[in-house]
Amino acid sequence: MIIILIIIGMSLVTMIPRVIPAFVVGQLEFKSWLNRWLNAIPYAALGALIFPGIMSVQEGQPHIGLVGGLVAIVLAALGLNVILVVMGAIFTVFLLLT
Amino acid sequence: MNEKVSVTSEKSSQTAKMIKRGITVGFPIMLGYLPIAITYGVLAKQSGLSLFELTMMSVFVFAGASQFMGANMIAVGAGASEIIIATFVLNFRHFVMSLSFMNRLRAVAPKWRASLSLGLTDETFAVSSLHTKEAEEEKGAYFYLSLFLTAYLSWIVGSFLGGVLGEVIPEKLSQSMGIALYAMFIGLLVPSVKKELKVGLVAIIAMLIHVLCSYVLHMSSGWAIVFGTIVGGFSGVFLLEEDEQS
Repeated sequence: MIIILIIIGMSLVTMIPRVIPAFVVGQLEFKSWLNRWLNAIPYAALGALIFPGIMSVQEGQPHIGLVGGLVAIVLAALGLNVILVVMGAIFTVFLLLT
Repeated sequence: MNEKVSVTSEKSSQTAKMIKRGITVGFPIMLGYLPIAITYGVLAKQSGLSLFELTMMSVFVFAGASQFMGANMIAVGAGASEIIIATFVLNFRHFVMSLSFMNRLRAVAPKWRASLSLGLTDETFAVSSLHTKEAEEEKGAYFYLSLFLTAYLSWIVGSFLGGVLGEVIPEKLSQSMGIALYAMFIGLLVPSVKKELKVGLVAIIAMLIHVLCSYVLHMSSGWAIVFGTIVGGFSGVFLLEEDEQS
């Protein structure tokens, strides 16, 4: 029973921050600098999500994630589809772990 | 009469096109989510959650990192309020991401926006905010809906499978798949950087802020990502033009 309550609580504190902006943007017009800030958020979020987290792909062996990431950068720079970039990185890490 | 029929079928084919495109674009998320969700299911089961509870957590929370943390904290007997506050901190970054995404969806009806916001995770945000042109297309909301549902359902199904079957993916393969979502983020970022180098600078600033926050200021990873995203994004105010992203 207590676990169900924990799940409901976790759900609320996750849902509320996600949903508030859906209503906020309907109420407010944003200044130009704020729009520029919000438009840059995806790139900043990608950066903050990739590094340093990628070094923890294999605990205690940061180079594995880094090499996998480098392969992904090269494949993506060559213009490959995201799926192939993902598969290439998985394959690289698989070889490194072998 | 005939004309009316053809207009209706054109509309429904536009919907079908958007749904199909959403699933295609969401496929890499599915690839990344399945092994992580299975691992979560296994761990949650070991933490003492029932199959029903661990699946419901995926249905109602839908946020990977916090579910791992939640299961761990339940296992060590942490208090409910402690777990809920930690979840709030870890997922607060979705507020910033949602604000950015919703600002792109101004053309979409509010009730659509509200339901889409519930499906926002790091991954669905990253993918959908680099596909912004669909927001202005007819029936564009269906694109995001099917993209989000692809991610959501693979998360739920994966958790359930992990809880029922245990570790079904061979250990080494599932370890290798830990790179999948990072590779997807890189696969999304690199083409944008190729188009506009300054985008890469914004991302690098965000990385450095994250490093500073976690290694020097010893913040939790939740706050480190929030600050990295906010401050990194702020550098975009000076670096990027208004219509950088199209």
